[in-house]
Amino acid sequence: MTTTVEEILERKSHAVIRDAQVAPTHDIREALFELEAKGEIIVQRVPENHVEVTTKYGRTKKIPIDHTWHHKSCGQCGHIPGYTSSIFWLHRQFNLDYLDPTDQTSCTGWNYYASATSNAAAQAAVMSRNFAAAHETGYFPMIHCGTSYGHYKEIREQLVHHKELRDEVRRILDKMGKPLVIPEELVHYSEWVHVMRGKFAEKQTVDMSMITATVHPACHYYKIVAEDAIYDPEIYGGQRTATVTATLEALGIDVADYSTWFDCCGFGFRHVLVQRDFTRSFSVLRKIETMKNEVNPDLTVTHDTGCVTTLDKSQFAAKAHDRKVGIPVLSDAQVAALAMGAHPFRVVQFHWHSTDWRPFLDKLGINWQKYWDEFQGDLDAIRAGTKSGITWEDADKPVVY
Amino acid sequence: MPTTQENWNPGKAQDRHPEVSYEEKEKLFLEVKNDPRYEDFLYGCYECGICVSTCPSARFYDYSPRVIAQAMAREDIERVYDIISEDIWNCAQCFSCLRCPRGNNPGGLVTLLREVAVKNGLQETKDVLQGYSRVIYKVMLKGNQVSPDMLQPDFFPDWGPWVGEFSKNMPVWRKAIPVDTLRGVTDAAWKTNRKTLLELYTIWFETGNMDIIKEIDEGLHDLLADVMQEELEEG
Repeated sequence: MTTTVEEILERKSHAVIRDAQVAPTHDIREALFELEAKGEIIVQRVPENHVEVTTKYGRTKKIPIDHTWHHKSCGQCGHIPGYTSSIFWLHRQFNLDYLDPTDQTSCTGWNYYASATSNAAAQAAVMSRNFAAAHETGYFPMIHCGTSYGHYKEIREQLVHHKELRDEVRRILDKMGKPLVIPEELVHYSEWVHVMRGKFAEKQTVDMSMITATVHPACHYYKIVAEDAIYDPEIYGGQRTATVTATLEALGIDVADYSTWFDCCGFGFRHVLVQRDFTRSFSVLRKIETMKNEVNPDLTVTHDTGCVTTLDKSQFAAKAHDRKVGIPVLSDAQVAALAMGAHPFRVVQFHWHSTDWRPFLDKLGINWQKYWDEFQGDLDAIRAGTKSGITWEDADKPVVY
Repeated sequence: MPTTQENWNPGKAQDRHPEVSYEEKEKLFLEVKNDPRYEDFLYGCYECGICVSTCPSARFYDYSPRVIAQAMAREDIERVYDIISEDIWNCAQCFSCLRCPRGNNPGGLVTLLREVAVKNGLQETKDVLQGYSRVIYKVMLKGNQVSPDMLQPDFFPDWGPWVGEFSKNMPVWRKAIPVDTLRGVTDAAWKTNRKTLLELYTIWFETGNMDIIKEIDEGLHDLLADVMQEELEEG
């Protein structure tokens, strides 16, 4: 049957239908339970304390609240540590039980997308080893990185559809004495932030109603295996993912729209490390400058490692070319933590960000110089050897601005 | 050569790489096509161009995900060789092209093409990845893609003077992070225990990943293999 352009346009012109009965994709969880029934895999169940949300086509997804095993992100921990500390700080404010493991490796997906110096079996084995490690503890995986989340969703599809791959991964895991475990849900931390947003708002101490922000939704969160991302009819009419935007709105921030919201940030995986002319150009010309021209926000917020890095770091060189730049970049977790009184440097760690964040803090009425001086005191003590480092004991207590 | 009824070959690319035999090009194409994931990534192409309109690389490079889907579907061996030897490294792997109404995954096709290019040690691929070896070294040995100590002004001069600040203050700033697995760690993103790293090395050897590295950079392979094998023997 020949498909005409009119038919394509007709199909594309329909809104996304939020009805699980007519979803255009299969429910991967049913396939997981079938494989478990055959004794091929173990499906780790979402802990009892969870919240149900709806995804793109109206299916229900369980988001665990606590008892979570935190699958950390290379880029967040390595270059934006305030991203990671904000996620944990938020958990600690509600006394939620979580594990920060040392038996986790990177998904290695950044390298795979950058250089392809790996293969399907290795990538699936890396994922499965991490999930088996989480299963051993009884804690449920919560994935910090958008790329790990997207990559794992894709690998989950491959494991379900290709028996040879399952057999190969099981052979390798056997050597470590580990079973093949796939969690019932793959959960990104921003989904946890999304379901906790009302609780954050209840504990909010910093008024953010004067802030206008743009949102950059992370490609690997909602484009790879698109049906697994959270959608909400109240946010963009259910036609774009609701994560991040719903959180900012719950905190009283005005989220402004801009025309290139669907564009990627320009990260490029290989490009951001060794061919940044592309990364800088795309990030500035298609994202930052568009936001600046159309909205002129106080802040742009995203929910992935590479996006924060790219949008933030690309602005310096563009400034030298008199481009319209100068939008500070934060993750949703950092914004939520700041709203609840997290210390700007001990927790949010603004000093690892490059684009000037001071005007944003000034607008919030936060005397950042005072807290920077306090942080300098911490550093002096560390240098003098009278303090080994900053601990949660130093950082847990919210600041009263 | 004048076009005649006999040599008219509509839509097929001319041979731009006569130094490589047609048989070799066909072998590479078939390696991609025979990957078990291939049938999940390509269903046919309308030439609607939605993938191109969403593609960041198409805006800045002579690059088109549509052409890749088309060339693969039409089994245009010469064009696929052009793509595998050059175009694939322009892709940003954002997967915006998954918006394809036919359910194609041009970004996924690029991943398969890249894997084949690496596995076969194409010279163009070696050239592209030449500056990338230290990242591969880091991720395979430490289990992290990036580490704080990579933030050096000579590596990121375009990120501004702050990179110098990060670098200068690294030891003390890293101690000033409340997260237990990050505090004080500068050569990796977080603390990973030894048993876990040994398990990771096992994965690299068992899946043939080390052979892939050998094809692309023998020196890097030997370095990694020495360290990992010693650790595994001790472990």
